[in-house]
Amino acid sequence: MNAPRALVGEDGLLAEAGWTLRDCALVTGRNLRHFVRQPQLLLFSTIQPVMFILLFSFVFGGAIGATLPPGVDYVDFLLPGIFIQSSAFRASQTAVGLAEDLQRGVVDRMRSMPMSRAAVLVGRTTADLVRSLFVVALMIAVGYLVGFRFTEGVLAAAGAVVVVLLFGFGLSWIFTLVGLVTDSAEAAQSAGFVAIFPLVFASSVFVPIETMPSWLEGFAGVSPVTAAVDSARALSLGGEVSDPLLLFLGWLAGLLAVFVPLSVWRYRRMS
Amino acid sequence: MDAAIQVEGVVKRFGPTRALDGLDLVAAEGRVLGLLGPNGAGKTTIVRVLATLLEPDEGRASVLGLDVVSQARAVRREIGLAGQFAAVDELLTGRENLRLFAGLFRMGGREARGRVDELLERFDLLDAADRPAKTYSGGMRRRLDLASSLLTSPRILFLDEPTTGLDPRSRNQIWAVVRELVEEGTTVLLTTQYLEEADHLAHRVAVVDQGRVIAEGTGDELKDQVGGAMVHVRLSDAGERDAAVVALGRLGCAGAQPGDVGTDLIVPAPHDGVGMVAEAAAALREAGVGVSDLGLRRPTLDDVFLELTGQKTDEPASPPEGEEEPEAAAGAPA
Ligand SMILES: Nc1ncnc2c1ncn2[C@@H]1O[C@H](COP(=O)(O)OP(=O)(O)O)[C@@H](O)[C@H]1O
Ligand SMILES: [Mg+2]
Repeated sequence: MNAPRALVGEDGLLAEAGWTLRDCALVTGRNLRHFVRQPQLLLFSTIQPVMFILLFSFVFGGAIGATLPPGVDYVDFLLPGIFIQSSAFRASQTAVGLAEDLQRGVVDRMRSMPMSRAAVLVGRTTADLVRSLFVVALMIAVGYLVGFRFTEGVLAAAGAVVVVLLFGFGLSWIFTLVGLVTDSAEAAQSAGFVAIFPLVFASSVFVPIETMPSWLEGFAGVSPVTAAVDSARALSLGGEVSDPLLLFLGWLAGLLAVFVPLSVWRYRRMS
Repeated sequence: MDAAIQVEGVVKRFGPTRALDGLDLVAAEGRVLGLLGPNGAGKTTIVRVLATLLEPDEGRASVLGLDVVSQARAVRREIGLAGQFAAVDELLTGRENLRLFAGLFRMGGREARGRVDELLERFDLLDAADRPAKTYSGGMRRRLDLASSLLTSPRILFLDEPTTGLDPRSRNQIWAVVRELVEEGTTVLLTTQYLEEADHLAHRVAVVDQGRVIAEGTGDELKDQVGGAMVHVRLSDAGERDAAVVALGRLGCAGAQPGDVGTDLIVPAPHDGVGMVAEAAAALREAGVGVSDLGLRRPTLDDVFLELTGQKTDEPASPPEGEEEPEAAAGAPA
């Protein structure tokens, strides 16, 4: 179908890569504009995690705090968990946004154009990543108001935020496929809830997994959610980083290796 | 030379439905090919195949000699698509919509800005250019959608039911643009449920039913197949029928048929247009025949279908009211 192409030159692979990046940037910009034009949606997606921070730290703080190692405040323990939990809940928005575009025919127009085949998907997941950054920044600000502190320095704190964003980005690609397959916003959202809810609760998001029955602890111990939470938590508060981080990066690489190509394949063959 | 659009034996199945069932089609470059058919005939499906959105299960289709499956990328450089439902980003303004698509068509900044302004002007959208598209009327959305598909001045344009649901003024605007584009040399594939629209815009019309082309020709040829326009006369007195037939016969209206009621008379018209009604009225008045109603009825898609398939279409297919001759019943008091 395609003749072998030169690396450089007007029609070379490098030029093509440049165009692809530009296409992705344009679609990302368009999606970000959507967020700005619907401030009420942005508000809702930040209210929920903020509510979780306040409710969990004040309601469960006393009870769960007792199970934590001495000297660890529940709010410090909780915040990295809530970062991950809210990323997980928000990830289904990727499917919702994609499904809406599919229903409105905007994607049809883009698929009939000589633009990059990946741009619609990359633009969606990247815009959702930028939104996550915004939400996480706001959560950190609220966290600081209720007593949360990063204790490991600026670099480690930035590392924790990167882990949270990458976790959300990886899940976004699962929901990209979900959005492409269901092409209905409501279906995508309910599919998301059913899958995400148990994963989030059977993990170290809210409680140390040692407090769980052993069969559940076994499951939670290898869960990507626990790996992400423990990495973010260690980078925020100190503790063993490399083990959970390696497990997390393994999960992330695996998720992306499976769901990016599957999504692109599905997008190309859509009817 | 390759035909601008060539479709050979294309089959597309959706589960048990054969949306396209061996469809053949040829469109000459620089002309308008109308695809006429009722809801569910397969019009959108063939447009989607040609626009590289859908791969056919069998058969082959090409645009300017480029295969829509194996050379999809090259095809996309040559085509513009305005789908059945306007693909407009409602949260962006009209100008932002066009800028976005111009960028994705890989136009440079200055070129894009110039072209966007030109299209906004041409489609009468300059005043609304900086309003979110969700505030646009149906007609404005359609025009914005059409403008988006014209950014690169494509050689081939697909218009899927471009005027369905539009008011007459918007419809006329779209029609005018299509005529201009054809003058500039664009090849247009237009689908419609209205014979009148196909007749107006298309050089050739293919009638599609159940995924196949069941008839093809110019608008006049198709109308001739169903007998052309008919003069409908309601007589004040059934006894004057013979006098009426003679009077109308002098105008060239041969072959009168009785209508549903005894006082009704249906006569093939030698030509259509409002003039025909006036001539018939004058002839009947001269002959002293009392008439309670008189009108001209041109064949509709229903008539074409009835004639071609022996079946009624499911949908009432009446064209939108237009600026042209009144559709029926130019009531002429006796
Ligand atoms: N994506 C789809 N899935 C299932 N059936 C479809 C799909 N698209 C079209 N069809 C069916 O194919 C037939 C042709 O549809 P379509 O091409 O949309 O007709 P038209 O545009 O002439 O109204 C219809 O019976 C329709 O229900
Ligand atoms: Mg259709």
